[in-house]
Amino acid sequence: MSLSATPDKAPLAATQVMAVAKRQRLQDFFFHKITWLFSMMVLVALMGIIVSLFINAWPALAKFGPEFLWRVEWDIVNEEFGAAIAIFGTVVSAAIALVIAVPLSFGIALFLTETCPVALRRPLGTAIELLAAVPSIIYGMFGLFIFAPLFAEYGQPALQSTLGQMPLIGPLFGGATNGIGILAAGIVLAFMILPFIAAVMRDVFEIVPPVLRESAYGLGCTTWEVVRNIVLPYTQKGVIGGIMLGLGRALGETMAVTFVIGNSQRITGSLFSPGSSIASTLANEFGEAADFHLSTLFALGLVLFIITFVVLSLAKILILRGEKAKGSKT
Amino acid sequence: MDAAIYRRRKMTNRIGLTLSMGAMALGLAVLLWILVVLFKNGFAAIDWAMFTQSTPAPGSEGGGLANAIVGSLMMVVSTALVSTPIGIFAGVYLAEYGDQSKTASLTRFVTDIMLSAPSIVLGLFVYAIYVAQVKHFSGWAGSIALSLIAIPVVVRTTENMLRLVPGSLREAAFALGAPRWKVATFVTLRAARAGVMTGLLLALARISGETAPLLFTALNNQFFSTNMNAPMANLPVVIFQFAMSPYDNWVRLAWGGALLITLTVLVLNIVARVFFREKSAH
Repeated sequence: MSLSATPDKAPLAATQVMAVAKRQRLQDFFFHKITWLFSMMVLVALMGIIVSLFINAWPALAKFGPEFLWRVEWDIVNEEFGAAIAIFGTVVSAAIALVIAVPLSFGIALFLTETCPVALRRPLGTAIELLAAVPSIIYGMFGLFIFAPLFAEYGQPALQSTLGQMPLIGPLFGGATNGIGILAAGIVLAFMILPFIAAVMRDVFEIVPPVLRESAYGLGCTTWEVVRNIVLPYTQKGVIGGIMLGLGRALGETMAVTFVIGNSQRITGSLFSPGSSIASTLANEFGEAADFHLSTLFALGLVLFIITFVVLSLAKILILRGEKAKGSKT
Repeated sequence: MDAAIYRRRKMTNRIGLTLSMGAMALGLAVLLWILVVLFKNGFAAIDWAMFTQSTPAPGSEGGGLANAIVGSLMMVVSTALVSTPIGIFAGVYLAEYGDQSKTASLTRFVTDIMLSAPSIVLGLFVYAIYVAQVKHFSGWAGSIALSLIAIPVVVRTTENMLRLVPGSLREAAFALGAPRWKVATFVTLRAARAGVMTGLLLALARISGETAPLLFTALNNQFFSTNMNAPMANLPVVIFQFAMSPYDNWVRLAWGGALLITLTVLVLNIVARVFFREKSAH
């Protein structure tokens, strides 16, 4: 192509060019600042959340001090509050959810990346991702109407007659079997976070370079050994990050838990007994709360936010490190 | 000796793979079971009255979800109008100017946290800064809470999609003398259009089913109302209240509503996927 094509307009005079350049520089300046402003808004929103929670929680925090965290008391009439019951319910139900969901999602991810016929990989993977999108209130309703009655009739008696008879952990499965309680909430949560964790694990399993996998197979490893000794060590950080992401979801989940946890403000030794989580307490009591009670609920919210913030930050850092490690090894 | 080792290794392999297949089967079975229950109960509840009548008073017969459906739609639409520009501009900033600036990396971290922050806490926040100040619950408050959930989704997908645009496209535009804002809006954003749309749809899907942030913001309204400045009925909160109630027709309506929002969310998700796959194939 010839470079000496005649321009259809007369070339601009130097001053005009300068004017255009100046205008564009100004436009660029504003564009930069405007987009920066919007990005700052997102930042300010987060700071705002922490600050506003703190201000509203202050009366309660000032009265109880750090003791608030381990006080086992929730007496609305006498205004004696402690977060221990709700923290206990939150942490225990999330822990149960992880214990169930992690091995299952590992199995699912393993199946989807290693053994699944190629033609089925996409549809099954998409199915898992779609299920991660189902609103949590659906899991709550399912838990309340379908799972809880079945669990009371079959699941709990079965647990009581097996694990309930064992020493040490026996008392965990004692008490009335009415289907609703911390264990039920944990199980419902498990199936809610299952698709999340499975999707993340599948994604990180897929970043393992085929060369590594194939070399291991070439040395005669079985599929199990490849996953155990090559894929898992390689993706370790990403896998843990994914689990933490699931944990973050489980800790902060409101609807799936509120329906099935039983909403009772006490701690007992049994996983069958009703309890409450921070989120379920907020959902149940916020509407009727006033003054000081309201402030304690804000304090609970602050505690929940800090817990999930820490968990999610760790997850983020681990996943980032995992990606960096991937970059340096390949 | 060797045979024994081989046998053990093969056994371990077989057990591991069988368990993994079992996990897949169990996972799919439970999730299918949930959907089947939802569809069975939901379809039994859906009739014409559900779309034409408002939520029934305690103890009265019949009723529908018209006010809740309209309320949900209005809140979701206004949320989309608010969060689209904010999310896209912030995403553009992160993608175009994000490599050098501290604000950008901090924003990126914060949006990632907000993506999975407990939604009920966002409800508390909006209650504290808006509802408690104006002293009444309102549809606008609900919209603000939903925007806080939607914006991070839009920001992150916009940024990721803009980063997928090949650098040569940007360089070509710069070489022609285009100013930065023109490159960002007319070249990269346009090239990443399909991906950005996908992000918007996913954000909409996410907020359509959110219940927790609306409990303290939009609250609920038993009557038909299109006033965004007053408490507003919306599907998720109605489902929450009705499902826990002792009235049979309320529970029935809760299932109907649950099916409606699930279908909405699934359809939005599928549309987003198909849309993205088709457009990005070109």
